[in-house]
Amino acid sequence: MTRVVELQRGLLEKNDDLASGLRARYQRAGVRVANWVSAPGTGKTALLEAMLTAAAARGLSAAALVGDCATDNDARRLARSGALVRQIVTESMCHLEADMIDRHLTGWDLAEIDLLVIENVGNLVCPTAFDLGEGQRVALLSVTEGEDKPVKYPQLFHSSDLVVITKSDLAAATEWDRAAAHAAIRAVHPSAVIVETSARSGAGVEDLLDLHLAVPATQPVPSQEAT
Amino acid sequence: MHELAITQGVVETITERLPGARVRAVRLEIGALSGVVTDSVRFCFDLVTEGTNLAGASLDIDEPPGRCRCRGCGLEFSSADALPLCPCGSADAEVLSGQELRIISVRVA
Repeated sequence: MTRVVELQRGLLEKNDDLASGLRARYQRAGVRVANWVSAPGTGKTALLEAMLTAAAARGLSAAALVGDCATDNDARRLARSGALVRQIVTESMCHLEADMIDRHLTGWDLAEIDLLVIENVGNLVCPTAFDLGEGQRVALLSVTEGEDKPVKYPQLFHSSDLVVITKSDLAAATEWDRAAAHAAIRAVHPSAVIVETSARSGAGVEDLLDLHLAVPATQPVPSQEAT
Repeated sequence: MHELAITQGVVETITERLPGARVRAVRLEIGALSGVVTDSVRFCFDLVTEGTNLAGASLDIDEPPGRCRCRGCGLEFSSADALPLCPCGSADAEVLSGQELRIISVRVA
């Protein structure tokens, strides 16, 4: 005898439940949380180091969780800014999940933190499916990547309200086509906010920090699932 | 390959909901616009069920097609693309179906 049991559970239910719990914690603590997603080599860590340094100069308390498959190189770089920093080593995992964030927040007093940035594993596909409870998902794209990357990886850019162009100091050398890059972003996300930055020159870093602080700690990210 | 993590989540959810049950078949719903590759889920399923109550279970996946409505011209159209583009050229479309990611049911012995 066999019987059929109706389950009707979301495939990502475990992660989504944990992420909802994290979001409630962030809201209670009043901490703004951003989830940075890009390809490897876009310059997330260099830009984050510059933004965390700018935050410290304004007297803000900033923190970062940084995901990589191996090494704590990025955490050691970021710690120079004076921010609270923890490395998440994912080993073979290509993305961060909510339970990894939960475990790595242990011992931090979120109420003492103004801004938490989660630097995801360099990957344009897999991190898109996993809600980390963030208030803002941020997609990053360098001028050394193709201008059409947003239309090649639409789900990330569609689900990110803020799109950051990095390495703008190299734009002339790489003959980067600003109009084409902006058009590609607009094609997948007509209302996205776009900011151009350079970690090397510091251009756009203060604007980027302002955009992170402008998001209320209560704003939910668009969920991939309708239900 | 986030399909591996997703498939592991399916096995965990089922074993938690139905502890000890011998699962013979699993039915999932993975929409065409969900971004999850069903062939990868099928490939991972046998690997992650090995040694669990789901070992040897068959896997059926319903794949609802993508249906969208353009916010510009109001047209309803089909799309197999993760980036739905209305025939009028607008990418500002509301997804009506195709983003489903659900465990529908399991058959237990």
